[in-house]
Amino acid sequence: MQGPSLVSRLVSLTLLGLLFFIPPLVLLFDRPGSYGFSMLPIWLFASWLVLILLTAWVMERSDEE
Amino acid sequence: MKNELLVLFVAFSYLALLFLIAAWGDKRAEQGRSVINSSTVYALSIAVYCTAWTFYGSVGRAAEAEPSFLLIYLGPTIAMLIGWMLIRKMVRIARAQRLTSIADFISARYGKSEGIGALVAGIAVIGIIPYIALQLKAITVSFDVLTGYQMNGRQSGANISFLLDQSFWISIVLAIFIILFGTRQLDASERHEGMVTAIAFESLIKLLAFMAVGIFVVFVMYGGPTDLFAQAAAHPDIAGTFGMANVPGGAAGWVGLLLLATLAFLTLPRQFQVLVVENVDERHIKRASWLFPLYLLAINIFVIPVALAGLLLGEAAGAPDSFVLTLPLSAGLEYLPLLVFIGGLSAATSMVIVETIALSTMISNQLVMPVLLRWRRLHLDQTSDLSGWLLSIRRVAIILILLLGYLYVALIGDSYSLVTIGLVSFAAAAQFAPALLLGMFWRGATRTAAAAGLIGGFIIWCHTLLIPGFAQSGWLPLTLITEGPWGIEWLRPYQLFGLTGLDIHTHALFWSMLVNVGLILLVSQFTRQTNLEQTQAALFTQAFSQDRLHTNLWQGHTSRGELRQLLTRYLGPVATQRFFKAFNDADKNIKDEAPASPDMVSRAEKQLAGALGSSSARVLINSVVRGEALDIQAVLSILDTTSQTLEYNRRLEQKSNELARIGNELRAANDRLRELDKLKDEFVAMVSHELRTPLTSIRAFAEILKDNQGIPIEKQQHFLEVIVRESERLSRLIEEILDLARLESGRMTLKPQHIDLAAAVKQSIDAVTRLYEERNVELTLQLDIDVAWVIADVDRLQQVLINLLENARKFAAEDQPKVHVSLTARGDQYRVRVEDNGTGIPVDHRDRVFEKFHQVEQGSKEQPRGRPKGTGLGLPICRGILTHLGGKLWVDDPEKLGGASLIMELAQTEAPDQQASETINEH
Repeated sequence: MQGPSLVSRLVSLTLLGLLFFIPPLVLLFDRPGSYGFSMLPIWLFASWLVLILLTAWVMERSDEE
Repeated sequence: MKNELLVLFVAFSYLALLFLIAAWGDKRAEQGRSVINSSTVYALSIAVYCTAWTFYGSVGRAAEAEPSFLLIYLGPTIAMLIGWMLIRKMVRIARAQRLTSIADFISARYGKSEGIGALVAGIAVIGIIPYIALQLKAITVSFDVLTGYQMNGRQSGANISFLLDQSFWISIVLAIFIILFGTRQLDASERHEGMVTAIAFESLIKLLAFMAVGIFVVFVMYGGPTDLFAQAAAHPDIAGTFGMANVPGGAAGWVGLLLLATLAFLTLPRQFQVLVVENVDERHIKRASWLFPLYLLAINIFVIPVALAGLLLGEAAGAPDSFVLTLPLSAGLEYLPLLVFIGGLSAATSMVIVETIALSTMISNQLVMPVLLRWRRLHLDQTSDLSGWLLSIRRVAIILILLLGYLYVALIGDSYSLVTIGLVSFAAAAQFAPALLLGMFWRGATRTAAAAGLIGGFIIWCHTLLIPGFAQSGWLPLTLITEGPWGIEWLRPYQLFGLTGLDIHTHALFWSMLVNVGLILLVSQFTRQTNLEQTQAALFTQAFSQDRLHTNLWQGHTSRGELRQLLTRYLGPVATQRFFKAFNDADKNIKDEAPASPDMVSRAEKQLAGALGSSSARVLINSVVRGEALDIQAVLSILDTTSQTLEYNRRLEQKSNELARIGNELRAANDRLRELDKLKDEFVAMVSHELRTPLTSIRAFAEILKDNQGIPIEKQQHFLEVIVRESERLSRLIEEILDLARLESGRMTLKPQHIDLAAAVKQSIDAVTRLYEERNVELTLQLDIDVAWVIADVDRLQQVLINLLENARKFAAEDQPKVHVSLTARGDQYRVRVEDNGTGIPVDHRDRVFEKFHQVEQGSKEQPRGRPKGTGLGLPICRGILTHLGGKLWVDDPEKLGGASLIMELAQTEAPDQQASETINEH
């Protein structure tokens, strides 16, 4: 059985990346955390890592050429 | 000054090491054991994206307490996510057409236009030189910081002679490196294996160096991140929060910067070089699309901590762009600052190397060659070997680029911080994006439109970023920025048409993209593509579906000799020999006068394109091929035919699938029909057989009576009885066959009315009582309900009940035969069960008893009792009648007596009015 194509997964991931990195979602995390610094960088690094791991998972599993 | 000598020694040793690594990479490639044929090396080579600007500048930007430096790296992450669709397509197109730079790529898309190529190359040179300058400046500054730290931050070497300026000498060494490893062979589409190996190595070094500083700062200078953040929060000078409030331009500036980084990542000449030209295998893009973002994440993770630590250090840390160096220096370390310096050096040199190669290819192929080819008819016609020329042009271009970069540092000097220059270059490269991306996915973009978009976008870029930059450097009056050129206020470069509230880069990006994209879309509607443009547009947009398309585009003719001469002049004798060797395999005796095959001409064009750029290659081939060199109409029709064929194929496949499905249905229907036909035949045979049996005995007895007059009267009586009985059986049989025929054709007329099922059962039992008594069958009746109203045809219902009772009587056991009849209500149904105590019906036969003429064999196999009396049509008819009445009839497991147990079911109904019930009671 053929699963969803690599391209459709990557397009979804791209949209997810845009959701993570552009307002309004980033504004949600733009609030003071510990020591008065904004949570924004933490959010960016965390979502970035999640995105990379998801991409790695999708890419390494696929044998599409 | 010993320290200075040491640093110089280390720096040049590092460069020497790069030479060794590059030489090793080239050697491996010659041996056929390529180092760069690995997705990891590919990902590392893409990391040439991280320049000195990343290495020193990110911290500088973060020191202003804003997180937007991350966007420079989130953009490429997004770009790599769509890389499998986008970059792979670029790789495929570039490989098929031997395109060697972004200028070549865009010019090829728009009909191999020389104008577009020159335009892109020109914009790239103007936009990128400052960026190269930035790298050289970073090397100088970092050298000064490292060696002059004790003397309290002597700033850049502006006052000293260039002979003592390290960046000058480093430029020279880089020029030598690039000439050695970047212009080894003429064919720029062949990969620079050694160079890429060195770049990948440099990427490792810069990551290592930055991580080392980060770990040192966070875990040695401070007790981990918590300690650092706590101290930073308590410090009065650090006011920023790393929130959106600190980002220039706010949310709009945020999106603008992300877009800028995404586009620039794809269009910067050096990125195009490593992503597309140096790509060995398009499958490498897969791993790189997550490995490269991971690299970016790793090199950025310590940026904020280092920036905070630098700010905490105060005065001693110097400019934020130098924090990476000054922090380990302030701690009095010996070797870590040296490692950091090497890291910065590697970041800067790798960028300079790749960018210079890319730019020099563009300058020679898109700017110089077209001009030379024009002049060729005047000056260079006699020169037999131009291949040396080509390499020389490229080498001069390399030296020129580095010289310009060096001059830029010396002249513009300190006016801009690192990040600012970088973003200005990004915005220049981003101008290529509309022509590139629209061209790859939209067939309708025309050459004129692309030129208009590029020029328009470039003019806006000059006006909103480049020229105001000069003003800030003091070359032009500052009033240009504050009051606008010639005092026209709505032309103020940073508030064009009065647009305020954006940072300068987003502002410039917005206007330039508006003009650029707008012009491409608009002009495309009003201009026509030439035939060659249409061909190229089709080849570009359908790169994935037409990779197998090998058409011989050249229809004109030329001789092998002329072609050989042309190639020798531009590629040199060795490459030409190699080229012809591939064709001479079959027949070594082909003379030079022999005509060149179209395939040979088209491959020769590609070979030339790899060295000279696609537009020049086309001009050259045209000069030797006679006749209609390129039958574009034919090509276009081939292309169209191909896409049409693909479409037809798709539809055909759909149709054939449909046909196969219909075929299967037909076959199934046919099978069914055959089966029915067979059943019909069997039925006719059965009926004939059944009719013949009584007929035979009637005839036999009648003949006996006719022929033998002297038969005693009792015997005659007996014979007549047999004849009567058989006649009855015959008419019953015919009656049943007619019933069955009526049932099956649906012509049986029923007169449904309200009937009391209980009464009907009793009546039926009364009807068969005499027969039961004859055989001494014990009949028990169990009525759970006194009155059970159903809707049915009275006569037919009787027929069914009597049939069931008769069957039960026939099949009841020999000794003490018993039959049990019960009437029960179940759900909204009434159920009549007729059970005997015979041998019963095996489970697998239970459906077959309802087949026509099926008769259950009685008795054991040793002592068969033979076929029972009856036609074998009773049960099928009963079931047919009940189905017509909306009921059911089936064989169930025996409940009481253990024999056959037949059950009929009819739906319950309400009691009828008085008059109706009376008519029934008359029956």
